[in-house]
Amino acid sequence: MRYLPHTDEEITEMLQVVGVDNLEDLYKSCPRGCCTITDMDLPDPLTEWELNRHMDELTAGMGASPEYKVFLGAGSYDHFIPSAVQYLLSRSEFITAYTPYQPEISQGTLQAIYEYQTLVTWLTGMDVANASMYDGASGLAEALLMSIRVARRKKVAVSTAIHPHYRQVVNTYFSPTEYEVVEIPYLENGRTDISRIGNLDELAGVAVQSPNFFGCVEDLGALGDIVHSDPKTLMVVAFSEPMTYGLLKNPGSLGADIVCGEGQSFGIPRSFGGPGLGMFAAKQKYVRNMPGRLIGQTLDKDGQRGFVLTLATREQHIRREKATSNICSNQGLCATASAMYMATVGGTGLRDLARLNYDKNEYLKNELAQAGFSLPFNSPTFNEFVVKFPDGFENTYQKLLEKKIVAGLALENYYPELPGCYLLCATETSTREDLDILVKEVTS
Amino acid sequence: MKEISELTFPDDLRYTKDHEWAKQDGDTIKIGISAYAQDQLGDIVFVELPAVGDTFDKGGEFGTVESVKAVSELYMPMGGEIAAINEALEDTPESVNNAPYTDGWMIEIKPGDPDEYNALMDKAAYLDMLKGQES
Amino acid sequence: MKASVGTKGLIFNEPLLWEKGVDGRRGFSMPTRDVDEAPLDESIRGDGPQFPDLSEVDVVRHYTHLSQWNFGVDSGMYPLGSCTMKYNPKTNERQAALSGFTGAHPLLPDQLSQGALQLLYDLERYLAAVTGLPAVTVQPAAGSQGELTGMLVFYAYHKSKGQPRTKVLIPDTAHGTNPASAALCGFKSVAVKSNEKGILDPANISGLMDEDTAGIMVTNPNTLGLFEENIIEIAEIVHNKGGLVYADGANMNAIMGMVNMADSGVDVLHLNLHKTFSTPHGGGGPGAGPVCVTAALEKFLPVPRVVKKENEAYSLSWNHPDSVGRLHAFYGNFGILVRAYSYIRSMGAGNLKKASQLAVLNANYIKENLKDTYDLPYDRACMHECVFSDKNQNQYNITTLDIAKRLMEYGFHPPTIYFPLVVHGAIMIEPTETECKNDLDAFIAAMKAIDRETRENPELLTEAPRIPKVRRLDETLAARKPKLAG
Repeated sequence: MRYLPHTDEEITEMLQVVGVDNLEDLYKSCPRGCCTITDMDLPDPLTEWELNRHMDELTAGMGASPEYKVFLGAGSYDHFIPSAVQYLLSRSEFITAYTPYQPEISQGTLQAIYEYQTLVTWLTGMDVANASMYDGASGLAEALLMSIRVARRKKVAVSTAIHPHYRQVVNTYFSPTEYEVVEIPYLENGRTDISRIGNLDELAGVAVQSPNFFGCVEDLGALGDIVHSDPKTLMVVAFSEPMTYGLLKNPGSLGADIVCGEGQSFGIPRSFGGPGLGMFAAKQKYVRNMPGRLIGQTLDKDGQRGFVLTLATREQHIRREKATSNICSNQGLCATASAMYMATVGGTGLRDLARLNYDKNEYLKNELAQAGFSLPFNSPTFNEFVVKFPDGFENTYQKLLEKKIVAGLALENYYPELPGCYLLCATETSTREDLDILVKEVTS
Repeated sequence: MKEISELTFPDDLRYTKDHEWAKQDGDTIKIGISAYAQDQLGDIVFVELPAVGDTFDKGGEFGTVESVKAVSELYMPMGGEIAAINEALEDTPESVNNAPYTDGWMIEIKPGDPDEYNALMDKAAYLDMLKGQES
Repeated sequence: MKASVGTKGLIFNEPLLWEKGVDGRRGFSMPTRDVDEAPLDESIRGDGPQFPDLSEVDVVRHYTHLSQWNFGVDSGMYPLGSCTMKYNPKTNERQAALSGFTGAHPLLPDQLSQGALQLLYDLERYLAAVTGLPAVTVQPAAGSQGELTGMLVFYAYHKSKGQPRTKVLIPDTAHGTNPASAALCGFKSVAVKSNEKGILDPANISGLMDEDTAGIMVTNPNTLGLFEENIIEIAEIVHNKGGLVYADGANMNAIMGMVNMADSGVDVLHLNLHKTFSTPHGGGGPGAGPVCVTAALEKFLPVPRVVKKENEAYSLSWNHPDSVGRLHAFYGNFGILVRAYSYIRSMGAGNLKKASQLAVLNANYIKENLKDTYDLPYDRACMHECVFSDKNQNQYNITTLDIAKRLMEYGFHPPTIYFPLVVHGAIMIEPTETECKNDLDAFIAAMKAIDRETRENPELLTEAPRIPKVRRLDETLAARKPKLAG
């Protein structure tokens, strides 16, 4: 086996040094009662070439872009990834390193993540960002737990227009605790009914997503006013599409205390939902309550600039059961990918690209409206929106799959009150022709 | 780390087994950590203190002190209400290392039971305890 | 002595991204605009972030320079104890990059994601075969999320019995994350001391285990690199009081094909695919932390589950009312799961078993060769890692940190240091099976040379390292005056 370098002679020689007769005897300290696996039931090993063929076969039937035209967003978005990003990210020095415990020989990872943290603060309009969480969903759960630590209260409110999977993860994290999650409904315009917040007291945090699961941009300014009428309550803003902030106001400028979301859009392939990237940022005054790793700037013995892991006393390996989270590592390579992407696209590029995304969506929305479909929510949207198709559309949806078109996500499974409603998404990867074909096909 | 003989322990303070010191100042008591404690912890990078008006029992945890890779809890030498905190420590936590009994003070309390002060160790008793730990 | 592996090389200074940006540069091929600008509600329009503008060449040079400041497994031996820094096969990268996977949206209809679902389903079966525990979820995104999943299963199990419990036993040789994971589920951790042999004593467990204790979290082999010889008896004690046994499987690389975790009495176990199953560590993630459980606990595993009935297609199933819920927005770090699958298919049962045996052989070989030079607090046959201390070098005022820093100049990544806490000044060495004898010999020679230097030229250690991009960094300054963004 090509990953196991030992020759038989070397094994014999080493066994002599160790003082045992054979490899099995290395396990004399293991009780016989559990040394019971004689042969693991696994398929025979494949050569590299057989494996390639097997994997090519496995992937052959996948409905993957760009072969399929997939108008699905809902937390996972199709954006072009520059070759330079893919190429740079494949460098062994980034991939095969671990957590930068030894900063002198990890400055590449450390500076890259320091730059990532900085870019995330600029993107979200916040003061500090951590080195990342697992994904947007666990990031939201951690943000709400953080609000409970800061406010020293036991209840949080969560908009039902937040991605249903994110809310499920929040419920999982909260289920064994004594803390309570209250849901805030959405309005007919697709935005969260923030007037309900006033009736809830003793809230540690209030979470909305913007744009929300329906693509609707929340009125964060008004939300901030309501939330901050209680000075102890934290405003938590989640997102699933960071491209938004290339065009729209960022949450920090509208009063958010914690911003958390999924960063997959920036240079990370959808890859059947993972790995993604939990971006996580907060106001400076809350930094010691933040979960996750932080990289800070410092000086070396000769006075040169360098970077280290810092404020580690918040973390599990030091504060143990009182830690701000049990998270150990981060999504290091994904954070690096997103920083490479943000650097490649640049400030000017991100503004242009976000605008193009917005315009493609508006184009599709208008074409569908003109074709006679109703758009149940009239709030402004970014990158995705809800359309109501007529009864019996399920059949059309199935037929379109055969034409390699995936016409959005049926919402009824998540929101029984929205039968026939579909969440559609278009990004810069859809040409106008693709959009026209979609409109034509759903109309026929 | 230094030898105990290299460290200073003022005569007019009282000490606890957890290495806090307390100093009577009229009706209030000032509290910090001893030279021994700061030396054991190494470079102190952050001190977390309670809010003025909070009350704690004797032995209650009123805050934490952090070095780069360790966190230690701070315990009340005696019960009482927080009358003042040393806000300067936010910007200069190194005062706890450089001047543990003066600039490095942490909190000032209005004691619930002033008699608790007299139950604390004096310098001689504290030094005996430290020497006992060393051997 | 032969020349050391580490040497000088040309590396470059590189400013921060925003220090080299020039407004108006372009690094991105902007897609053609084929639709008109649509009206936009001015009240929501922002200014966009002030990212620097860079050319493609700027970005490529930037990250190429940064990468050259890093040490990875592909650079050299990386014997970081408890982290299993084994070689990351390149074919795994090829498979994870297949467009059928990378271009797959997670909410595709099941009929368009059969390949991905089959991979998830089969990977679960393979991990069951390796551990002996029949039911598996691959959803947790990292070892720590696997631990959380395991603790959620503990919580759900006791709740289903109508008797919630409040404590969990955690040995002093366990991973540091364990108490934090337990705390997330409301469990108070009760510390268990290991005995003079560095392992758990059944009598000790017997005294601590009661009917308010949910169970025990054991790392086996433990962080001293020792197999918990009494594990079967300990599991019995815990089970007799109605508790469950959780195994932190971070050290599974020692025992594949040799030890059946189910037969050792384990009920719940998490694996780190980025350790045992060769997926890259990525500078700190993404990893994956699958959880394996007994048949009795399967109903508590996270949703969705991947199911397959005979003659039917693979599908996702949500109808599991006892499930602890969802841990990840979708199905976990799928791209990492592809790499682990690729590894298992490349290795097969025989090679996985041999990998474990060679990992143990390598660790014991290092232990035997260094035990006369470095203090070995627990002088016993070890598993995949061995733990020394700096006791012998302390008399020359040399510490573990100095030894670690000097080792860099010999071309090796330092071992894990100052962990586990039960050994003062610990030096925890895990070579893994993918290091050949020549490299082990070079490492042993370097460690011996460093020991000589502690007596003959200690400045070489206290001033180390001088070769890398930066020298020792001021961590106190970083923590006192945090500068976390530019």
